[in-house]
Amino acid sequence: MTILEIGITFIKVFILVTIVLLHVAYATYCERKVIGHMQARLGPMHVGPHGLLQPIADFVKLFFKEDIIPSNADKPVFFIAPVIGVIAALSSLAVIPLWETFSIANLNIGILYILALSSLGAYSIILAGWASNSKYAFLGGLRASAQVISYEIAIGLSLVGVMMLAGSANLVDIVNAQSMYPFILVQPIAFFVFIMSAIAETNRAPFDLPEAESELVAGYFTEYSGMRFGLFFMAEYVAMFIMSAIATICFLGGWKGPDFWVFSYVPQIVWFLIKVYALIFFYFWIRATLPRYRYDQLMGLGWKLFIPLALANIVITGLVKLF
Amino acid sequence: MLPKLFFAYFAVVIVGTSILVITRKNPIHSVLWMLVLFVHIAALYLFLNAEFLAAIQIIIYAGAILVLFLFVIMLLNLKREEMEKRFQKQWPLGVFAGMVFIVFLVLILSQIVVFPQLGPYSIQAIQSEGNLMTVGKVLYTEYLLPFEITSVILLVAIIGAVVLAKRKVN
Amino acid sequence: MPGTYIPINYLPVLIILIAATLIGLAPLLIGIILRPRRPYPAKLSPYESGIPPVGEPRERFSVKFYIIAMLFVVFDVEAVFLYPWAVAYDKIGLYSFIEMMIFIYILLVGYIYAWGKGAIEWE
Repeated sequence: MTILEIGITFIKVFILVTIVLLHVAYATYCERKVIGHMQARLGPMHVGPHGLLQPIADFVKLFFKEDIIPSNADKPVFFIAPVIGVIAALSSLAVIPLWETFSIANLNIGILYILALSSLGAYSIILAGWASNSKYAFLGGLRASAQVISYEIAIGLSLVGVMMLAGSANLVDIVNAQSMYPFILVQPIAFFVFIMSAIAETNRAPFDLPEAESELVAGYFTEYSGMRFGLFFMAEYVAMFIMSAIATICFLGGWKGPDFWVFSYVPQIVWFLIKVYALIFFYFWIRATLPRYRYDQLMGLGWKLFIPLALANIVITGLVKLF
Repeated sequence: MLPKLFFAYFAVVIVGTSILVITRKNPIHSVLWMLVLFVHIAALYLFLNAEFLAAIQIIIYAGAILVLFLFVIMLLNLKREEMEKRFQKQWPLGVFAGMVFIVFLVLILSQIVVFPQLGPYSIQAIQSEGNLMTVGKVLYTEYLLPFEITSVILLVAIIGAVVLAKRKVN
Repeated sequence: MPGTYIPINYLPVLIILIAATLIGLAPLLIGIILRPRRPYPAKLSPYESGIPPVGEPRERFSVKFYIIAMLFVVFDVEAVFLYPWAVAYDKIGLYSFIEMMIFIYILLVGYIYAWGKGAIEWE
């Protein structure tokens, strides 16, 4: 690898991270707008036209907020917990191919890389809860980490079917294997399990038990304020983007679109983003529609429904592939 | 030269963090240093052209077993005084056992003969069809029995965990 | 030869890891200069619905969490065995399918046992 290639990689990283962070900022805005309109409200309206500058105002506010570290908190762990979350979330971006030739690192173990980093994300939750020295944070952290690790298995197992069909764990290969039809048509069970588990894995409604306001205040980040809280927020939204991107790549055909008439002139990135946005909208929609699950229901759902379903899907896929 | 430098870096960090793991007073800090340790071991696997092993190192060791450690540490709920008490009376015995282990390790390492010829799985061969594919092909044909035995070991782990935990509840 | 291989295709991963670390640390470190810091004991006390904190914050919790973590380790190992199998499935065919069914079957026994004993029940 020459100096030039390293330079290009730097530029790619810079572009990708900037784009994703802008997406994160405006995903928060869209979420408030979408949910607002679904509930017959207007959402943010005051900062800029139709509240368009609201994310920037939020960022400035968070950035200049006083930094409160609760007494008796474990300072180094308290400091490192949100940083681990951000590192795990942003580094996952490396293997996401936005279009055929754009991925920062085209790894053969693409899916495993994503799974490995998302398993590291559990640390930020459990450590934040422990370091805060607060009952709500501790219980929230425990609950959230138990939830995240339970659904991680379902996510991993649901992707096995995709790997069997594509014969590879490389995300570019997986998209290329879908040139005839997207895998959602042949792996509907896996897609269902993946989407539901992704919502639980990113701690979003209706599985946002760790932040169940009515019982746990704000869960594991109860004691976090200012930019530290902002980092948790950022990690959550980046994780949401990544889960949507993985679902797009593994089940919806990635950057591929219909190849006829004017559709064949649409750039690949547009197809990719349309699918990702649709999934992110689905996240918002579900949050506005469904009430929160109870914790025992949530764990039961993961262990008693999703894991057996994903295993059954693997067996069925294996049988079908034999004949 | 460059690979040796990388290896030196990883070796130093791995040994250094190992020492940090066993000398921290707070077990949670030990776990965090262990996380750093595991990440470096994973990177070392990458230098052996074993990307699947590197991924497993993170997924299983860092992502699962270490999280289990964290849960157990929190379950025990160590008080501050308990955390202070270290180096119990048995430590000379521990040092002795460690020394014996090192002697064995040196003896074993000195026996290693580097094969003059390369086996069929050279770096080029593995990279041409991918690490996962190669592992899959070998593991599920040549090493069938160890693989099936693994499932029995895992079964024992499930039963053991359930039995132990249930007894505690009653 | 050992010690001669450099995983060059992982260099971008290293770069993005460094970039992500910087993005995580920068707001916190720059913020130290810009943020106000006026602490007093009541502000720093952990949140407990407005009353002074009572008792030990890191309470002992249900042993359930331990069982879940243990089961997680087991099933994670199972999933890891499935990945290379899935990728190589086209090449190794029926033989490996039967093998994997035995593997999953044995683990299923453990799963059903854990379910029957109420280990994944969260009463």
